[in-house]
Amino acid sequence: MSVLVNKNSKVIVQGFTGSEGSFHAQQMIEYGTNVVGGVTPGKGGSTHLDKPVFNTVAEAVQKAGADTSIIFVPPAFAADAIMEAADAGIKVIICITEGIPTKDMVYAKEYIQDKDCRLIGPNCPGVMTAEECKVGIMPGFIFKKGKVGIVSKSGTLTYEAVDQLTKAGLGQTTAIGIGGDPIIGTTTKEAVELLMNDPETEGIVMIGEIGGGMEAEAAYWIKATGNKKPVVGFIAGQTAPKGRRMGHAGAIIGGADDTAAAKMKIMEECGIHVVHSPADIGETMLRVLGNN
Amino acid sequence: MNIHEYQAKDILKSYGVRIQEGIVVDTPAQAVEAARELSNQTGTKWYVVKAQIHAGGRGKGGGVKLAKNLDEVREKSKDIIGMQLITHQTGPEGKKVNKVLIAEDVYYPGASEPKEYYISILLDRGKACNVIMASTEGGMDIEEVAEHTPEKIIKEWIDPRVGLQQFQARKLAFALGLEGEAHKEMVKFINALYKAYVETDSSMFEINPVLKTSDNKILAVDAKVNLDDNSMFRHKDFVALRDLNEEDALEVEASSNDLNYVKLDGNVGCMVNGAGLAMATMDIIKLSGGEPANFLDVGGGANAKTVEAGFRIILKDPNVKAILINIFGGIVRCDRVANGVVEAYKNIGEIRVPIIVRLQGTNAEEGARIIDESGLKVFSAVLLKDAAAKVKEVLASID
Repeated sequence: MSVLVNKNSKVIVQGFTGSEGSFHAQQMIEYGTNVVGGVTPGKGGSTHLDKPVFNTVAEAVQKAGADTSIIFVPPAFAADAIMEAADAGIKVIICITEGIPTKDMVYAKEYIQDKDCRLIGPNCPGVMTAEECKVGIMPGFIFKKGKVGIVSKSGTLTYEAVDQLTKAGLGQTTAIGIGGDPIIGTTTKEAVELLMNDPETEGIVMIGEIGGGMEAEAAYWIKATGNKKPVVGFIAGQTAPKGRRMGHAGAIIGGADDTAAAKMKIMEECGIHVVHSPADIGETMLRVLGNN
Repeated sequence: MNIHEYQAKDILKSYGVRIQEGIVVDTPAQAVEAARELSNQTGTKWYVVKAQIHAGGRGKGGGVKLAKNLDEVREKSKDIIGMQLITHQTGPEGKKVNKVLIAEDVYYPGASEPKEYYISILLDRGKACNVIMASTEGGMDIEEVAEHTPEKIIKEWIDPRVGLQQFQARKLAFALGLEGEAHKEMVKFINALYKAYVETDSSMFEINPVLKTSDNKILAVDAKVNLDDNSMFRHKDFVALRDLNEEDALEVEASSNDLNYVKLDGNVGCMVNGAGLAMATMDIIKLSGGEPANFLDVGGGANAKTVEAGFRIILKDPNVKAILINIFGGIVRCDRVANGVVEAYKNIGEIRVPIIVRLQGTNAEEGARIIDESGLKVFSAVLLKDAAAKVKEVLASID
């Protein structure tokens, strides 16, 4: 078991023939992901990386049975790509694109609300089920099949956690990069919930950052549902100044509630094992899983 | 992106939002000319001289002054232009005032008392839609109102599918206690304001105060507008609104090199790939006994050129006593980054501060070997906790 993506996922790449799309599609194929084709409007009927190219997502669903999509479309067209995937019946839509206007995402999020799909991202490193399926840009070699699930707003900080878990001998089930934008498809709480319900996941690493209220929401949910699995948490930006955007569009302290300290306090109160240094994620997980 | 009050008002006016009229100038002589012209246009007898900097609290800091005649306009403009204006948002060093807005007096007496309100529009991240916030407590710091009298803040959430509805605008105007002509004017004001917000792809509008004049007009006396950086491709004309004088010189240099850099006050500089890891690295510096001197994300394509540009920017900060480079190579290969560090080090010449390089991920060992064999005064680490220990060690040796 795993969540969101596995070896049976039929993946298409939107923005397939672009440089980013090509590079990462190749990497995903090499990792063993079942890439069934790609979509580039106007290039339908051709082949790329030995896979068929379609004009529309609907065509990719119809002809190649695609159920999962990864989006590398440039920011100006990415929200449209998300809505196209949702309309075509794609079940898991993973949007890597960084820099989508917030207004576009408000509309896209509203549009997909009553569609039968889940959006991950945008501005995220994707989703990775260790040694099974990579739908993202994470480096495959640091993963090892194991028992810890990861939810994170950040890319390289996720790799850091993955690497520590591999070195601690725990390995991973699925790592979900939910993205660092103000509006994202799947919240921290929703991603944590998926992992809580996954029988193979024994512990969860939850990595957040300054800005917004998603970590607090997840923490309250974890407590309300009885802390069924140990969660190790970290919030990046303990030293970030108020009112400055720290790289990610969503990483900005608005008030007293969305500082790292405020989030960490709530997480601790909800029974999450909060680490203050990101270097301690792996060892802490090893310790708390050992105690169970 | 932040813009000045006068720029924000220009934008609002172009969408039919009534504003306190004004003319922006650079010198006291121009200020007098502007005041004359303003009287011709609006009939105003008094003037307000307003410092144009990107910070709130200008009035309390002495950056907004009333002038009752042209001599006073000249005098007050002379005082304000060139001053180092300190407000609670500028930091202790303040900000230099280069321009002033000569604005009409809108608090003239009349049939009713003028009254100030507060209106803002912003994104509610949790609900994933825009929210209009209004309050009768105009002119006050809204964070304080929210803390002490939250019931005095009224909110209307806007459904993205249909946009602002008229009943919502009416509701807000009634909740502000307005009636008759003033109510009608407020509904008009809110409609125009929301249209401007959506069509300019803004991420925040804060109009504080919104004024009901003594003759029941509703207008924006001040305007804080924040534009969404990600939508600039749709608004090429907004790019020119950026005022580099308002930004830190090092941040400007970094952005021209496509580096995401935020200047901070600490003593340990850092260079990292990825925003989350960059913030986490700042936190590690603090936990190791230092203070971060900056946030710097070199992005996914870290190479010799970006590393060198990053180095140069960090080294220009005189407070920096050590530098921590933290790269987790996914797509980025650590050996390339290591070569970049060595090359940059040689190109820059003398680097007086110790450097700790932590390379992890793709070809990490190779990267560490390149650093170790370079003969440079660079410490290498592979594990994050080793890097943290090295920072501690280096800081101890400096003290």
